[in-house]
Amino acid sequence: MASSPPTFSSKDAVVCRNVGKTWAAGTSRAHEALRGIDLDVKPNEFVIFLGPSGCGKSTLLYLIAGLEEATGGSIWSFSDKVETPSPERSLIFQETSLFPWLTVWENVSFGLSIRGASRAERRAVAEEALQRVGLKAAMEKRPDELSGGMRQRVAVARALAMRPKVLLMDEPFAALDVQTRARMQDFLLDVWRDSGASVLFVTHHIDEAVALADRVVVFTARPGRIKTIVPVDLPRPRDLFSREAEALRIQLTDLLRDEVDRAFAEQEGLATVA
Amino acid sequence: MTIATPPDYAEGDSPAGRPARPAAVARLFASMAGEGILAKIWWTCLSIGLFAGLWEFCWAVGWADPKLLPPPHIFLGNIVEQAKFFNTATRWQVGQSMNAGPSAFESVMITVGATTMRVFVGLLIASVLGIAVGILIRYSNLFDKLVLPTITLLSPVSPIAWLPVAIFLFGIGNGPAIFMVVVALFFHMVLATVTHIDGVSPNLINVARTVGATKRQIYTRVILPAILPGMLAVLRMNLFGAWMVVLVAESTGVGYGLGQVIMLARNTFNPSLVFFTIAVIGLLGFTFDWLLRQAQRRILYWLPDTKGKLRGL
Repeated sequence: MASSPPTFSSKDAVVCRNVGKTWAAGTSRAHEALRGIDLDVKPNEFVIFLGPSGCGKSTLLYLIAGLEEATGGSIWSFSDKVETPSPERSLIFQETSLFPWLTVWENVSFGLSIRGASRAERRAVAEEALQRVGLKAAMEKRPDELSGGMRQRVAVARALAMRPKVLLMDEPFAALDVQTRARMQDFLLDVWRDSGASVLFVTHHIDEAVALADRVVVFTARPGRIKTIVPVDLPRPRDLFSREAEALRIQLTDLLRDEVDRAFAEQEGLATVA
Repeated sequence: MTIATPPDYAEGDSPAGRPARPAAVARLFASMAGEGILAKIWWTCLSIGLFAGLWEFCWAVGWADPKLLPPPHIFLGNIVEQAKFFNTATRWQVGQSMNAGPSAFESVMITVGATTMRVFVGLLIASVLGIAVGILIRYSNLFDKLVLPTITLLSPVSPIAWLPVAIFLFGIGNGPAIFMVVVALFFHMVLATVTHIDGVSPNLINVARTVGATKRQIYTRVILPAILPGMLAVLRMNLFGAWMVVLVAESTGVGYGLGQVIMLARNTFNPSLVFFTIAVIGLLGFTFDWLLRQAQRRILYWLPDTKGKLRGL
């Protein structure tokens, strides 16, 4: 808190300045995941992190969530320095992260029960959040009674119940089938519009980036750096088969291909050494 | 095994009072096919019946000497005769005659009750202590460093090695038997708790951290329920362990109990009594395991039944 924020608008949802992360720093197994990340995310902006697997895009999400500590640079969110996790920056995981011993509504209101809210208040908040994700009817069910898509919607509802300013999503739809994923993207856009939160969304699906993003941040292969940031001006609701969408898809594919080639070359190099 | 099957169907069928007509056999097969309680009982009877049948067969063809390996119909045949040996409760008192004291049935109940009590008190102390210490090890770094090496060092020591210690410390009576059960289970319980805590999904912990849960809340609200299924499975294994250890303890340092009956049978060369006692122990273990599983199902209401998936393979 002592360090003064650098030059940026304090209204920005997320500000990264020269952020780096080295895992197992100082040991022989040290490896650099991220280097020199500079990024500004505006309120209610939808930003996609796109990059080859293992490029550190999920790591950046964990750093912004405050669940891991950066080894270099600093991160601010609405002029608060990110040092610990906060319900204002909720992370939604790839795999299901619901508590299997709680019902859907108890899961959604878990954060409130940690704060000691009354049962009536918790139920009311859970009901409202579940209404927004279209799962009010499933309130009393347990997570194992739900499909994968429903579980992720409950996870989104749990994040919404804490009124987040930033939603961090780590390949949340990766485990879902293609049809469900398309449906979930529409759902997420609705939630995003309603909530007014910024969304930072990690994926390696170019189609997902084209469908969702205001801006696409393309990462380089390890160590992850920002290769380029592609603004997306396609009007919403988007026609994913328009010429402009196709052009964007081709542009992103080209950007990504170089990095995937580099990642493969590096892996092959490692393989021959080992 | 196929030789023993037809008589066992008949054996299982006759108590229900049904003649072995084809229709009845068909109905029997039908009731055995499902997953219901009736099917479970049938299969349990069949399983035990097969084992007993094989033994009886060995006896019938003269492979099993009835003096050394008396088959079930012999050692279960004179229950009343054998039951009076359970009267070890008062036997060690000087001047007591064999026939004094409680009746045969009462003495079986006293013996069984005493052993069961030792098993449960020991299991309870070992579980509470083991889980508490296991959680403390992960909760406090200092405690981990101070305690875990010693626990790991003592963990592989056989309970038999603790037997003299039990007698030094507690003399004779319930004390050493309960101590033996506790010492046999405690170290494993601690290590199992630590292992299960380490296996808790980091996502669940991160969810709790994100909403601002304190360390204490993370332990009580996330880790404890998350490790509960695994801990109950460990408890079930330990229940069998406790039954094994209590016999060893009772055979030396205690006035009465099932272990004493086994020792008496050994000293008086009475194989029937040995097998009768084994049957009693088996029945008790089976019953308590069943009770524990019922309790487990209620406590772990959120776990889906995955047993069926393996059956389909």
